[in-house]
Amino acid sequence: MIVNEQVAVNHGLKKDEYAKICELLKRTPNITELGIFSAMWNEHCSYKSSRLHLKKLPTKGKKVIQGPGENAGVIDIEDNDAIVFKIESHNHPSFIEPYQGAATGVGGIMRDVFTMGARPIANLNSIHFGSPQHKKTKNLLRGVVHGIGGYGNCMGVPTIAGQTSFDSSYNGNILVNAMTLGLVKKDKIFYSKAAGLNKPVIYVGSKTGRDGIHGASMASASFDEKIEEKKPTVQVGDPFTEKLLLEACLELMAGDSIIAIQDMGAAGLTSSSIEMASKGNLGIEINLNKVPCRESKMTPYEIMLSESQERMLIVLENGKEEQAKKIFDKWNLDFAVIGKTTKSKKIELYFDEEKVADIPVNTLVENSPMYDRKWKKAKLPKKNKIKKEDIKHLKIIDVLKKILANPNVCSKEWIWQQYDHTVMGDTIQKPGGDAGVVRVHGTDKAVAASVDSSAVYCWAHPLTGGKQVVCESFRNLISVGAKPIAITNCLNFGSPENEENMGEFVECVQGISEASDYLKYPVVSGNVSFYNQTKDQGIKPTPAIGGVGLIKDYKNMITMDFKEVDNLVLVIGKTEGHIDQSLFARSILDEKNGPPPEVNLFNEKNNGETLLKLIDNNLIKSAHDVSLGGIITAVAKMCIKGKKGIKILKPKYLINEIEYLFAEDQGRYILEISKKDFKKVADILNKNAVHFDELGTISENKLYINDKTKVTIDELSTSNKSWLTNYMIK
Amino acid sequence: MKSSVITFPGSNCDRDMHIALKKFGFKNKMVWHADADLPKSDLVVLPGGFSYGDYLRCGSMASKSKIMQSVINFANSGGMVMGICNGFQILVETGLVPGVLLRNKYLEFICKNVFVKINDKKNKYFKNVNNEVLEFHIAHNEGNYFCTNDQLKEIEDNNQIAIYYCDEKGTIEDQFNPNGSIKNIAGIFNKEKNVLGMMPHPERMIDTSLSGEDGSLFFKNLINNLK
Repeated sequence: MIVNEQVAVNHGLKKDEYAKICELLKRTPNITELGIFSAMWNEHCSYKSSRLHLKKLPTKGKKVIQGPGENAGVIDIEDNDAIVFKIESHNHPSFIEPYQGAATGVGGIMRDVFTMGARPIANLNSIHFGSPQHKKTKNLLRGVVHGIGGYGNCMGVPTIAGQTSFDSSYNGNILVNAMTLGLVKKDKIFYSKAAGLNKPVIYVGSKTGRDGIHGASMASASFDEKIEEKKPTVQVGDPFTEKLLLEACLELMAGDSIIAIQDMGAAGLTSSSIEMASKGNLGIEINLNKVPCRESKMTPYEIMLSESQERMLIVLENGKEEQAKKIFDKWNLDFAVIGKTTKSKKIELYFDEEKVADIPVNTLVENSPMYDRKWKKAKLPKKNKIKKEDIKHLKIIDVLKKILANPNVCSKEWIWQQYDHTVMGDTIQKPGGDAGVVRVHGTDKAVAASVDSSAVYCWAHPLTGGKQVVCESFRNLISVGAKPIAITNCLNFGSPENEENMGEFVECVQGISEASDYLKYPVVSGNVSFYNQTKDQGIKPTPAIGGVGLIKDYKNMITMDFKEVDNLVLVIGKTEGHIDQSLFARSILDEKNGPPPEVNLFNEKNNGETLLKLIDNNLIKSAHDVSLGGIITAVAKMCIKGKKGIKILKPKYLINEIEYLFAEDQGRYILEISKKDFKKVADILNKNAVHFDELGTISENKLYINDKTKVTIDELSTSNKSWLTNYMIK
Repeated sequence: MKSSVITFPGSNCDRDMHIALKKFGFKNKMVWHADADLPKSDLVVLPGGFSYGDYLRCGSMASKSKIMQSVINFANSGGMVMGICNGFQILVETGLVPGVLLRNKYLEFICKNVFVKINDKKNKYFKNVNNEVLEFHIAHNEGNYFCTNDQLKEIEDNNQIAIYYCDEKGTIEDQFNPNGSIKNIAGIFNKEKNVLGMMPHPERMIDTSLSGEDGSLFFKNLINNLK
């Protein structure tokens, strides 16, 4: 095939990008080379629109062993233990083929983690669907949940937490973000940097087929009516082979024969070989006839661009091939020496004894395009004033029941019951709490993880929203008694070529940076997903933040269920009555305008750290952060989980009762303490200048707002638990 | 007491079972599926997981593994063999226990705590368990036990049903049946009651910090019965 500008454009390259390729090569690329450039230079692999802004993220810290730039981030959890973790998007494939799209998303992120030598110990996910009324939503949700479960359950890795939301902005573009945590010894971490000349380059895992060719390019394009035609670019997952690959890789890693290892994810053999060469400042020579293929007559172009799953590329020490091959034979996996490292600093590919590609590595990586896209700054919307007549007819209990049954608040048990969350025997906090918690096997330590996003806040004001979502992650970890250590982010946005969408990206990243810097909660890994849009309509900006924290003694873990009748319930953090963009405003008043709640980083940090002090002093019986639906929703969930009630006092506040109960001011937690500890708790809170209100006392089985306004916990529980099951089954 | 846990390609509860058996005093060995011989054992366990990806009928490929001939011989000579979840599916495929395991009634994977009622205590697995009802944990996609009417009659006549799904009081009703199993059957024996297949995972219930502790009860009792 003759390569020209039109062929390049068909590969998703811009005309000027094609001109640059010809200039860098000082000739016209052949079709294989063009394919390689298009794969490396697309948005998904090159981060060409985001790189400039991602540099702002704080990525360093005392506990950070490896920040962004590797397969995953790594943090220190003491005693020579480290946690490897990352979140990644698989949005576009999941919309086209929900089961395989979601499944291979989970498989891909687990591979990123075990590539570094870590055994995966927990999976999480953040999934976002269109309006429940949209004709595609139900099937997409079912397919995605089955896909996540199908892969994770088979791998035997527990899925311990997640987040599911519904919003019409995802009608034509759902989000599926998968996160994995792995455990590794600090001195046994593996990296992707190749080193040494004439070292064998090894291909292991599944055979290469024609599936997923141009997957990464698809993920860098917007959807239109013809999207169904893209089905062949969705990869097909085989969790069984991945389980074998995991065990085989860990077995090989126990020895000392690996110099570098890299999984074949987006852009398959192309990006894995180029990344290893680039990091090692070396060249790589590959004989494509040696690549194990599943289909006959595959061309070099297809072999290089296939995104077949469950494959790894390894640079081995010389002379270790036989020993390594034995391990892969035992696990019935392909093992082939396909090439070697060279000093040429080029990617040189041979096929049928002919050289089919010859590209300097730096042209693909350092010289890849980087854009300073135009972006529009968002204005802070004006505050709405709630009119008394709009709310005076509202009955608090009815509103509470509606909010508990709202698709974005209701119990997601229907989803997480389909995920094996107990395999590996260390899950001590299951899905449904503030964060999932797994023990570090065989120790007293435990790791807490959660994943959060607040698209509505980010949409209303990206800078504030970006900060808020980091703070929410921080709060979720603290609520289970964990000290937050670091985050991974999955930045899901519309088109970077649209100034407003690009502005949302830039300002969300700015917000994330400010909060993560202030909270000493650095970003160690992540992924950007642009072009989440159908035609011209972008999704609401949805940065998902995956947070990881440490509990030194797992017996001190906190859960959110109310524990004992007569215990006191406090709210810490100040309630100013911020209703704009709250679930109450949006779903009850149908008011979609106004600014999101303000984020005060000082208060966030101070309130969170003070709560950790209270937990360290064994003064906290249960805790839960206040988020969607405000204080009353948070309390109701604690009642439902603990099968207890609460008598809410007539608080001494100056704002309207509805505002007090449903406002979504930030930096707040609900705490349960024993009456006898009140003085101690109040002293610590006062000493640290943390505002608190006494909310009430725990009672038998009803929630009382006052003597006349009450509801049984069973009734609240039914509201909370029935929506999703009814939606999916009926 | 010596035990062996078989690891098939795709087993993923083998480590959990190993840890549980060790915790309650078994000297456990992990045995690779491609081995021919079983080490000397008082108990052989086929663990949960997705052997061979369960791409054919669950458990069918594993039932033809090299080691399985030794396991079958061991069972036929009266040896104690316990299959949990995928292990139960493998046992069904070998014919050591009757019936089949279909996909769950609502076609969805289920991971949750359930209550099971012990039907028969005249066997080494449940003898001397004080409780009538245990809280166990299930995590499976194909646990819907089914057999023909003739088989069911035979199973019932021989008292081969080990445990039923029930509520915390031991009531056996359809609403407490998580997967559509015939008669709420959660686990069954072979005729001689040395082979037990069950869907619930006792190894996930061995610690108060986990889902509960009724698995501890089960294992403590089991090792005592074997002594």
